Amino acid sequence: MSDALNQRPLTARLLATDGVVTLDRYREAGGYEGLRAALAMSPEAIIASVREAGLRGRGGGGFPTAVKWSLVPDTPVQKYVIANGDEMEPGTFKDRLLLERDPHQLIEGMAIAARAIGASVGYVFLRAEYFEAARQVSAAIADAQAAGWLGDDLQGSGFSFHLHLHTSAGRYICGEETALISSLEGGRAIPRAKPPFPAVAGLFGKPTVVNNIETLCNVPHILRLGADWYRGLSRTDEGGTKLYGVSGKVRRPGCWELPMGTTAREIIETHAGGMRDGLKLRGFLPGGASTDFLTDAQLDLPMDYTHIAKSGSRLGTGTMILLDDRTSLLGMLRNLETFFARESCGWCTPCRDGLPWTAKLLGELEAGRGRPEDLELLARQTRLLAPGRTFCAHAPGAMEPLQSALKHFREDFERALAPAAIGEAA
Amino acid sequence: MGRPQNTIWIDGQPQAADPRRHLLEVALELGLDLPYFCWHPALGCVGACRQCAVTQYRDENDTQGRIVMACMTPCADGSRFSIHAPAAQEMRQGVVEMLMTNHPHDCPVCEEGGNCHLQDVTVMTGQAERRYRHAKRTHRNQDLGPLVAHEMNRCIACYRCVRFYRDYAGGTDLDAFGAHDNVYFGRAQDGTLESPFSGNLVEVCPTGVFTDRPYGEDYTRKWDLQSAPSVCAHCSIGCNTLPGERYGRIKRIENRYHGEINGYFLCDRGRYGHGYAQRADRPREPRWCGETVTRSAAASRLDAVCGSGRVLGIGSPRASLEANFALRQRVGDACFHRGESADEQAATDAALALLRHPAVRIAGVRDAGRSDAAVVLGEDVTQTGARLSLALRQMVRQDSFEQADAMQVPRWQDASVRLIAQETRSPLFVATPAPSDLDALARASLRAAPPALAALAGEIAQRLSSPEGDTLATGIAADIAAALLAAKRPLLVTGCGCRDAGLLRAATRLATAFHAATGRPLDVAVVFPEANSAGAALLGGHALVDALDAMRAGHVQTLVVLENDLFRRVPAAELEPALARVRNLVVLDHVDSPTAQAADLLLPAANVFESDGTLVNFEGRAQRHFAVFRPLEGAPRPAWRWLQHGGSFDGLHQRLAQQLPALAQPDPATPGSDFRIAGTRIPRQPHRYSGRTAMHAARDIHEPRPPQDHASPLAFSMEGAPPTAARPSGLAPVVWAPSWNSGQALHRFQQEIGGDLRGGNPGIRLIVPLDVTDAGNDAEVAGATGRTPRADALVPLHDLFAAEELSALAAVITQRRSGRDTLRVHPDTAARLRLTGAEMARLRIGATTLRLPLHIDAGFARNAIGVPLTLLAGAPLSSDFQLTGDGA
Repeated sequence: MSDALNQRPLTARLLATDGVVTLDRYREAGGYEGLRAALAMSPEAIIASVREAGLRGRGGGGFPTAVKWSLVPDTPVQKYVIANGDEMEPGTFKDRLLLERDPHQLIEGMAIAARAIGASVGYVFLRAEYFEAARQVSAAIADAQAAGWLGDDLQGSGFSFHLHLHTSAGRYICGEETALISSLEGGRAIPRAKPPFPAVAGLFGKPTVVNNIETLCNVPHILRLGADWYRGLSRTDEGGTKLYGVSGKVRRPGCWELPMGTTAREIIETHAGGMRDGLKLRGFLPGGASTDFLTDAQLDLPMDYTHIAKSGSRLGTGTMILLDDRTSLLGMLRNLETFFARESCGWCTPCRDGLPWTAKLLGELEAGRGRPEDLELLARQTRLLAPGRTFCAHAPGAMEPLQSALKHFREDFERALAPAAIGEAA
Repeated sequence: MGRPQNTIWIDGQPQAADPRRHLLEVALELGLDLPYFCWHPALGCVGACRQCAVTQYRDENDTQGRIVMACMTPCADGSRFSIHAPAAQEMRQGVVEMLMTNHPHDCPVCEEGGNCHLQDVTVMTGQAERRYRHAKRTHRNQDLGPLVAHEMNRCIACYRCVRFYRDYAGGTDLDAFGAHDNVYFGRAQDGTLESPFSGNLVEVCPTGVFTDRPYGEDYTRKWDLQSAPSVCAHCSIGCNTLPGERYGRIKRIENRYHGEINGYFLCDRGRYGHGYAQRADRPREPRWCGETVTRSAAASRLDAVCGSGRVLGIGSPRASLEANFALRQRVGDACFHRGESADEQAATDAALALLRHPAVRIAGVRDAGRSDAAVVLGEDVTQTGARLSLALRQMVRQDSFEQADAMQVPRWQDASVRLIAQETRSPLFVATPAPSDLDALARASLRAAPPALAALAGEIAQRLSSPEGDTLATGIAADIAAALLAAKRPLLVTGCGCRDAGLLRAATRLATAFHAATGRPLDVAVVFPEANSAGAALLGGHALVDALDAMRAGHVQTLVVLENDLFRRVPAAELEPALARVRNLVVLDHVDSPTAQAADLLLPAANVFESDGTLVNFEGRAQRHFAVFRPLEGAPRPAWRWLQHGGSFDGLHQRLAQQLPALAQPDPATPGSDFRIAGTRIPRQPHRYSGRTAMHAARDIHEPRPPQDHASPLAFSMEGAPPTAARPSGLAPVVWAPSWNSGQALHRFQQEIGGDLRGGNPGIRLIVPLDVTDAGNDAEVAGATGRTPRADALVPLHDLFAAEELSALAAVITQRRSGRDTLRVHPDTAARLRLTGAEMARLRIGATTLRLPLHIDAGFARNAIGVPLTLLAGAPLSSDFQLTGDGA
């Protein structure tokens, strides 16, 4: 197992058991040793080793974790660590695996993050539908507390960290860290203007770090085994492993921990078993529903933040959705945009009113009632709902599959125009 | 003002801009048309609507630029922006097209039409077509009570309503519900909006979701309303208003911006209290001994009854300075009496003395909102001067602005500032007999009867004098003293609400002690009993009790009562026998009060909407109001006109200024009746006024000659100086600018957005500090309270929707009343008086007995008996009283 642990630090333990990794099993596999090391280190040293490891946020943004932590001012005020477990990105189910099967890894990562920024209170913000995860995380918190890994004076170090579980009322926008904070405070889940960033004024106006579940789960291993080991796990310059997932019409949809920078082709063909019989891959959303389509021309790119960004999309959550040649592109887009429209928080105009219009236009096209000007309207939506135009990244994310589809698969849209409209156009 | 100036570039033009400000304000102040929705000068920026998109360039070589929201972008030095860049125009036009996808386009039947910011912005962006061809979402509307109508389908979700109602005004019963394109702004269930500032939603909403309900039920388009600058007559704050008239009826009142008083907001009493003006029972024809007589017969009768024997005049704190002065001239100084009860007059005089004290700097509403530590002493300002209480809600935010400064978050980033502030509040202390909404914001509240509050002021004064010393002051007094000393702009709020001169003298002592300790005057705001109480006090006159003595002695042949219901000033048991000995009772009034009903000669007076005049507000600011219209029906005319033998308003005003020299100061914002722009008067009717030749056709097909108005710089006409001309700020009957048809045009008339009006804020301050020697004497007598100490004190209770005479005659204001009249005591007081368990109680005050439900309230002051102000009916608070249980 130690080999596996060294190669797949996040999932080796849970793969070795049928159920959840208990505290005892976690401890046997070196669990909480990273925290023990961190308790003996200065906050600066913890942040330095995470920086050296090159850990980047696994929730979709890819922001360097150490930078996020170092933005927290070194003042003696109440600070908070929040684990963002509001995993609602369509096609994404990686955090769920970690939450349901190995919750101590998260708790340890949060305690180390808390130590690094000087937080004494943490919250696990959990997607509403993750009932099993809620059960396992609650139990793990209780066990960790009983064993002195949470609570006052951790292992006699003088450092205290209290962890609470909060289950969401169920909005996609809660995955946006400032909306998450608003929601956690009991308000409407509406994103906040930045600056001030949460690192300065977050939960209850206090310095707060919000990290994705997978991100936090990486932290104990970096502390235990070192930055060099961590960087060595990757096939590219970006350290560590990544939980990649595949959904769509492949033989074995699923989620695997693989070296960072594994190619999409290897993930799809080796791990997901390739396309189902008779189906051909047309394109894929590499990192969840809110990323741009890539096509088979990009199958051999290393799946890391830098390479995918260069190719015009985003690594996002690293869990791809595949489009095959028998599935309606317009149907897929209409489905996605309907989801994004429904999950708009309603704060800013382009998102609140622009997304439903987009979804309705796609519905018309799908039903064969499209008009030529609809294509121009859709193209305009992608401009007006672009980054900076809207209050947060929700609507720009929603535009990513649409704008790339208009680029790569324009013929699908033109074919869908109403016969009369085509006549008009001709 | 020395603002730091950066240079920014807008569409290639260099512009000076303060780096602490955001681009939207700066652009609007430059006169540029940049549309917006969610930003409001008083509510700050939240970046929700995305309407004020502009292009920002990195440097002069950047031709692409990126879209930013002007309201969220500070004017950093050298920033380059374009409003006209195609991408910015496409964005603004696109935002309108998107937010209109669910708008019903019902302008022809919408109350907002012609006064609609959404219409203006739609036109401004050039969005002229509808390409959205899908279903619109619909909402169910709510019954929000008598004041505000609700049409949610028009909503464009700018969030201004909840930001005003909750964040600014502290309301809790209006909220945003739902999400995505189905956000609903309303109450959890149908019901009357609870906030006393709910009417502001009508103006805060950029479209027709929240509209003025009484206006909607008797509706006229904005451009068909005749208006004139007016002043609210329903309390002493003196908010500036713009009443709109057609067909001889006041249709609605809008806020008229005043930089130092009301700013952007009115209370609901002020906005909706105008219903008294068109009551069916209003006296419109002169009456002599119950018979209607002609105007000229009435005037002759007035001359006759005033021609022989002793004539006394009783003025009024709700009538204008000019009307009071005309009466005083008519009856002579020796026979002119102030129309206030003894307690009212004593409190008013003490309030005036406080404001004149050299240790005091008079604070207005804006000053109050900017104060960083405040004490409310005795005054239930939420009921007696509601607009001032709204400023106190902003006052508690001052600390959070400093926190934001420290974090380099701009003060206009409203959501961020509130996030940083959390529960931090600047110190506010509320020491009053009755609980109020301000308690929730207070660092500490104290419930006590007026004598105990006077003692508290004394303790604070003592503590101010020797902050370190071991004085009697403990607890709240020490905390208040410390907060006042630590603050940059400390404030004392007090008033005449308790009708207790002793309390005001104690407040004077507190200010004196502050001045002695710091060398700085203390900011003081004092609420007066009525709209012109301060003016009446400045004008002076004999006490009402003297008039009663003379009447009882049978010395009075004729008594002339000006716009005053004496039954509110003197108990009926005392007043009736005195009136019985008066040969001729002459009453000039515009409401059918018990006094008017008792008149031998009733002269129908014009109200504030129908006459020119001057009211002096709680800051001692003399403010002119102009007749909005000439009454069509009957013969009401301004009281001063009845009382004068000919003569103009100007002449009267000049003679008055000889008596009150401060009044002779020029007010550049409100020039005199000879003011002209290019030889013309300023029209009271908008340039789009319609139907002028047809509106009276039902009674007469001849178009009547417009009323002439020689005593005014305004004309009853649509002709004259165009609305684009530079009008003095106190003479603007309409707020309009090209492209800006709604009230949002206001930023074209301000020196700085949210600041002073161009040409200055109207009104002149009449109260000048006395020199120190006079004040010294005043301070010496300050210790004494006028009353003998007793176990319990009578405390008048004020209800925003019941206590003021005129607004209480408006049907919608009566409907808005939440509670019923009760007698209010603390449980301990009730136990001592053996009232525990009693449902009804009997309160005998002198010869008057009130039988009312008993409200035993643990939130109320001990040793106090609360009595509704209107039911006190002038009974002296120092008289003998007894509270007993009644029935069970």
